[in-house]
Amino acid sequence: MPFDIEYARAILPLLLKASIITIEATFVSMFVALIGGLILALALRSHLRLISWPIWAVAQFIRSTPLLIQIYFLFFVLPDFGITLPPFTTGVIALGIHYSCYIAEVYRAGLESVPKGQWEAAVALNYSRARAMAEIILPQALPPMVPVLTNYMIVMFKDTPILASITVIELMQTANIIASERFLYVEPMTLVGLIFLAMSLIASAGVRILEGRLAR
Amino acid sequence: MSPIVKLTDVRKSFGPLTVLDGLNMEVAQGEKVALIGPSGSGKSTVLRTIMTLERINGGEIEIDGEPLWHMKKGDRLVPANEAHLRKVRSKVGMVFQQFNLFPHWTVVKNVMNPVRSVLGLPAKEARARAEELLALVGLKDKHHEYPGRLSGGQQQRVAIARALALRPRIMLFDEVTSALDPELVGEVLNVLRMLAHEHDLTMIMVTHQMGFAREIADRVLFFENGRIAEAGKPEKVFTRPDSERTRAFLNAVLQG
Repeated sequence: MPFDIEYARAILPLLLKASIITIEATFVSMFVALIGGLILALALRSHLRLISWPIWAVAQFIRSTPLLIQIYFLFFVLPDFGITLPPFTTGVIALGIHYSCYIAEVYRAGLESVPKGQWEAAVALNYSRARAMAEIILPQALPPMVPVLTNYMIVMFKDTPILASITVIELMQTANIIASERFLYVEPMTLVGLIFLAMSLIASAGVRILEGRLAR
Repeated sequence: MSPIVKLTDVRKSFGPLTVLDGLNMEVAQGEKVALIGPSGSGKSTVLRTIMTLERINGGEIEIDGEPLWHMKKGDRLVPANEAHLRKVRSKVGMVFQQFNLFPHWTVVKNVMNPVRSVLGLPAKEARARAEELLALVGLKDKHHEYPGRLSGGQQQRVAIARALALRPRIMLFDEVTSALDPELVGEVLNVLRMLAHEHDLTMIMVTHQMGFAREIADRVLFFENGRIAEAGKPEKVFTRPDSERTRAFLNAVLQG
């Protein structure tokens, strides 16, 4: 089957416009995952088993079940219980929560990498726990985490086509709609692949520059 | 006068290992006390329990007449909450063997940020206090260095300034020269010597520097197996110890 350059050029603007939704979904989901991951990581560190144990079980459950099923559950099953959320919101909540369970582990490793003496110094200086965490521990734990977190963001970005399954008109869904109009799949799907490739490569390059900065 | 630090029947164990075994100890306000003894005798643990870095398994610690691990609720004593711990703890400062400076802050920030965050002083006052203390420990020209670029002796002097900036009444020094290269020990001891002239400042030091302990301590406590085996004026403990164990220990370290 020949690749019709003219046709590809005609549909490219539509796809680029749709990729804005994809990027938005990535950033909003990542934001949810960063906050959610931090909350999970702090809860998992809690000395109270009543807090840490159920949280651990939930995180384990979410990590061990497919994202697609979780999204379907939020979108198609929750309405039965009277909770109906718009597709985009459902998508970023699902992606955000799913990834927060992975990102919690990144935070955990980062927090553990800060020497115990730093906590002890904070206690000896009479810092409150919250302030010690915010001013002394997290600023040391976060920089080494940035490359790993950014990589998770790229992986998440490549997971966004899953939102097409719950009617979010993002890049993949737009390509689907265009393709099904004339049953011409080569051009839209090729372009979608290339757009993902281009953006992932740009992001990876960004990570490398960031890593270089942080290493200094 | 009532003691500023009082430990009554303090017990602490790590699993099956008993580190403090019904320890009784009193330190008067302004007193300079040196804790000596073999490693594992519990002397560092004493400082760590006073600083609330370790919970005790029994007994009570009182700071300035107030129980550390308990607080009054009506006329009953209940386990201390975080607010009570912070209130009592504010009277105590500590300097560690490994300095424990905050590596992401410059020297001046290390000293002024706790003053801002913990005491709530405005930045200008906190900075003035930090600069004054850094001058006192001889580090006037290092304000904007990061701790990683300083020598061990310089880092330890910053740590002392940082602890003093919160104006504690009791300072705990946990083997503060043990991690230093020999040629850097003197500069840190000089700072401690200067502090020893502060009449009101209570100092409790765990040290292996016997000569130094003898020079500045009002009283020496010899620890063994989580208890005080011998206590007295330095000239007495170092020259005519009562206990055979003290004599053996001093012979070993002074010859070594």
